[in-house]
Formats: sequence, C-alpha cells, structure tokens
Amino acid sequence: MPVAIQHQRSANRTLRIVCPNGHLGFAPIKTGSFEIGLGCEPDLLCADSGSCDIGPGPLGADISGSPLAWQTHDLEQMLLGARRLGVPMIIGSAGDTGTNSRVDLYVRIIQDLARKHALPQFRVGWFHSEVPKSLLTQRLADGETIEGLDDRPPLDAATLDATDRIVAVAGVHPYMALLEDGAEVIIGGRSSDCAIFAAPAIRAGFPEALAYYYGKVLECASFCAEPYAGKESVLGEITAEDVKVTALLPAQRCTIASVAGHAMYERANPFYEHFLGGRLDMSRCVYEQYDERTCRITGPTFEPAGELRVKLEGAGKIGERFVGLVGVRDPYTIANVDGVIGWARTQVRERFGETGYELHYTVYGRDGVMGEREPLRHRPGHELCIMVQGIAPTRETAEEVCMTGLRQMFYARLPEVKGTAGGVAFALDEVLPASPAYRWTLNHTMRVEDPIALFPTGLVEAGI
Amino acid sequence: MSTRLFDLAKTIRSKNAGVDRITFDVIFADRAGYERVCRSGALSREAVCRIFGIAPDRITDHVHFDPALAIKFTLRRAAPSGSPGDGDIFGAQQYGPLLDLEVPQ
Repeated sequence: MPVAIQHQRSANRTLRIVCPNGHLGFAPIKTGSFEIGLGCEPDLLCADSGSCDIGPGPLGADISGSPLAWQTHDLEQMLLGARRLGVPMIIGSAGDTGTNSRVDLYVRIIQDLARKHALPQFRVGWFHSEVPKSLLTQRLADGETIEGLDDRPPLDAATLDATDRIVAVAGVHPYMALLEDGAEVIIGGRSSDCAIFAAPAIRAGFPEALAYYYGKVLECASFCAEPYAGKESVLGEITAEDVKVTALLPAQRCTIASVAGHAMYERANPFYEHFLGGRLDMSRCVYEQYDERTCRITGPTFEPAGELRVKLEGAGKIGERFVGLVGVRDPYTIANVDGVIGWARTQVRERFGETGYELHYTVYGRDGVMGEREPLRHRPGHELCIMVQGIAPTRETAEEVCMTGLRQMFYARLPEVKGTAGGVAFALDEVLPASPAYRWTLNHTMRVEDPIALFPTGLVEAGI
Repeated sequence: MSTRLFDLAKTIRSKNAGVDRITFDVIFADRAGYERVCRSGALSREAVCRIFGIAPDRITDHVHFDPALAIKFTLRRAAPSGSPGDGDIFGAQQYGPLLDLEVPQ
C-alpha cells in the first residue's frame, strides 16, 4: 500500500481540505480528530452549516436551529486553526438556513473571535442568498414558470403569498468570486453543500467533475467513514486524476462500502447530484481502497446545465401553536382512541367552526412516528401518549383550540367505558406554548441568466 | 428457510431526501446477502407498497446500487417535512418495519 495520505501528499499537485462537521453548529465539533486534521497540511478548512432537515420553522422565523454557543464553538475551532496555518476557511449555508441575518451573525462572530484572540488582520468575504418576494411576483407577472421540484406544481401567486422568507441555493460562483477577491474567511448564504468544497478546487484548476464529487463526499464529514460516528473530521485530497478521502478519527476508516454508501445518503437517487450550473453523475464512479483509512474515487462526470436554474427554498407561517399531552391506560379506551379523538374534535368544531385553525393528534404507542405508513397500527401498546397540537392565527385562540382538543378527551363519551371519572391521564394539566407552525411552501427552481446575480457579495476586515 | 432482513443487512436506515421525500437505504456487508435479497423480491416495489400500505405511485425511486451493495428506495411524503402533524421531521425512524422482514431462501 502507498504511504497514508494522512502523512504524505499523493501527487505533486493536490488540494487538501479538512472538513470537521457536516452541519456546523448543530452539534459541536469533536476536536481530537480536527487537531489531527490540522497536522495534515490542509490547504483549506471547509464546512457546511445548513440543512433543510430541521424543518421550515427556522427559515420562516429567521432564527437559527442551533444554539449560539455551539455555532461560536465550531467557528472558533475552525478560525483559530485556519489562521494558525494561514489557510482559507469557508462556511456555507450559515446558521442552518443561510438567510441574510444568519450570514451577518456569523460574520460578527468571526470578527468578535478575531478580536478576542487578537488575530492579525484578515479579510472576511460574505454573500447573501435571500430572494425578495417582490422579485418572484415580478417573474410570475412576466409569465416566467417557476418549476416545482419533487412533483410540486409550478409556483402560483397564492403559494408565494403564503410564504414568509425565501432563499436561493448558490453554486460555486459567489465562493469563487470571493476567493478571487482575496477573502481568507468566507461566510456563505444558502448554498449547495458540494459547492463549498468544489469552488476552491475548480478555482485551483482541478476538473469540475472531480471537484463537485470532492464536495459531495466531504460535505457530511465523518458520515462517509465507518463505524458510524458524527462530528469527526475527515481529510480530502483532490488531484488531476482522482479524489481521496481519509478518516481522521483513529477508530474510523473510509472504506469502499462507507464512501459508496455515503453517495446515497439523504438523496432520492445515488447517481446524480443537481446544483446551480449542472449535474454530477456518479453512476460510473470507481471506488478503491487506497490505504487502510483512505478510499480513492475516480470516474465521476459533470454535465453542464443547458439552462441555469437556481433552487428556491421558502417557508410560510401557518399560525401560533400550543401543545398538550395525555396518556391512556384503559384497554377499551385504547381500542377506541379514534372515538375519543373524534369526540374532542367535535367539541372544538362546535366552539371554533370548521376552518380558521388546525388541530392535530399524534398517537404514540400506535402510529405516532409513522402515521399512515405504520403496518402495526392495529396493535397498539398497553398505554398510549397522545400529543395534541392546536394552531391558530393568535396565541389566545391557539391556546384555547389546543386546550379544548386536549381536555375534551377527558370527557369523551364512549358507550361501554367502565371508568366514568375521566377518560385520559394528565401528567400536566396544561397546554404549552410551542414554536409557531410553518410549512415548506417553496421547493422550486427558477431560471437565471447570471449564476451570481441573486448572491450579492461583500468583504469586511477582521482582526487587529 | 427464511431469515430476517435484520440478520442479512449491515445498515437499514431512513432519512429525508429533500423536504418532500423520505429515502430508505438497506446496505449489505457481503454480496451474497445483497443478491439474495435482490433475488427474493422481499424489497421489490410491490413489497415496499405492501409493507408500508402505500400506492405504487408513492415510490419515486427504487434502485439496486451495486457499488455499495445497497437497495435504495424513496417515498413521497403526504405533506412536507415539519408540517404540523408530521411525527418525524428528519424522516429518520421510518425503517422500523423493515427489520423483521422475512427474506426467503
């Protein structure tokens, strides 16, 4: 076997990236393997900080899904490492959603950290990703079709109207522009995960197909290694011929199985990755075990897009929300729990009418996790927990909807129930305020002429 | 003689694939197990519909992915992830019924 890439570059011309976290801020970086990575001569430190997985609430409400302390911790680890080595650091999709406020927040954190550690002055590049609703209104008025993804219909005015905030998903273009401008730290708005890593590789002259694959394999950090361990660092190396990825946690390895397996992760199809500018085809990838901890990949291809289409993500508020919980132990009541819920729904309808609110029941112990897909829903457990969600335009109404939907289960009139002193058990005889309810309103693509037009960039100084 | 999928597969998982879909990965440690399950039809499109009680048009992708010794299929959600009433925003706990799946010899 050749010398491990952890210790020695595998070719004369390479670009090496350490990725410490697949979703920066969501859970803190494990620093041990990251320190090992800093000792592997990386040319850049890169991480993605965004995800749609956290649901539509953070984008809609323009908040982070991750605590400020964890975001700061991870940025501090990366910034100190990058400045110590004198290499660029790139963060994409700042603050989970990549909205403008999250980009500005991360830039501020970087400036505060630079001051705290008295770092010599450096340049911070940033770009924004939010798209004003007025722009989409205009496009629709111009007769432009904003196509739906994943079987969604094209965007219509009503859906746009029900949307609170929209981000466009950037490709490599704003990152390359900021690197060109001399940015040493880049805080990106919403972007394709792979673009964060592909941009410096393409700018350095490596083939686009390998560069995008490089991004695809690195963006989730240690999820491409085995055994399963999150938040550990991996080291990537790109050459003119191949991509190599090595696990940095001593207990992990990047194997053919783990890297090929990762190509499938979180995606409908394991062969294609779409982003602004084209499509990565992984169907002819060849995976080889390069050294004990390193997998070598060759054979991805890149198909440039005939028409540039940018992905749009949007979230809209449904209403304020309260949540309540009850338990059920009576086997007869469990067998007739739909009747109990039906009674409570009827009481809510009598008080609030048919529309203008939402009332949801999640029945844990029967089908709370899988809902309609649960094959064992006819075999509920010996006790159930039922979560009630009441959603309405105001907090007052949401609270009352939820309280009615919850408490009326206590009074449900089942014909043959023996227990006539209360149909459900309360651990808390109250309803609790929850985050407002949102939904994903946009999962669409829009034609653009210029791949950077929706992503204004800027540079600021940090350090002393 | 039949064996449970649990005993043949190395990884059985589910996860969001975007906000409108949930994807399932069943990954095998060895080619024999992978090919046995492929051949048996235990995870065919029809079997997936039966297991989850869904119509065939809810399956958007179904592939045998040889490089990873994996069977992968993707389902369309009834409503986008995180909509009120969704019990699994990440789609991470939808694979449970696959574990006990009987795979004929």
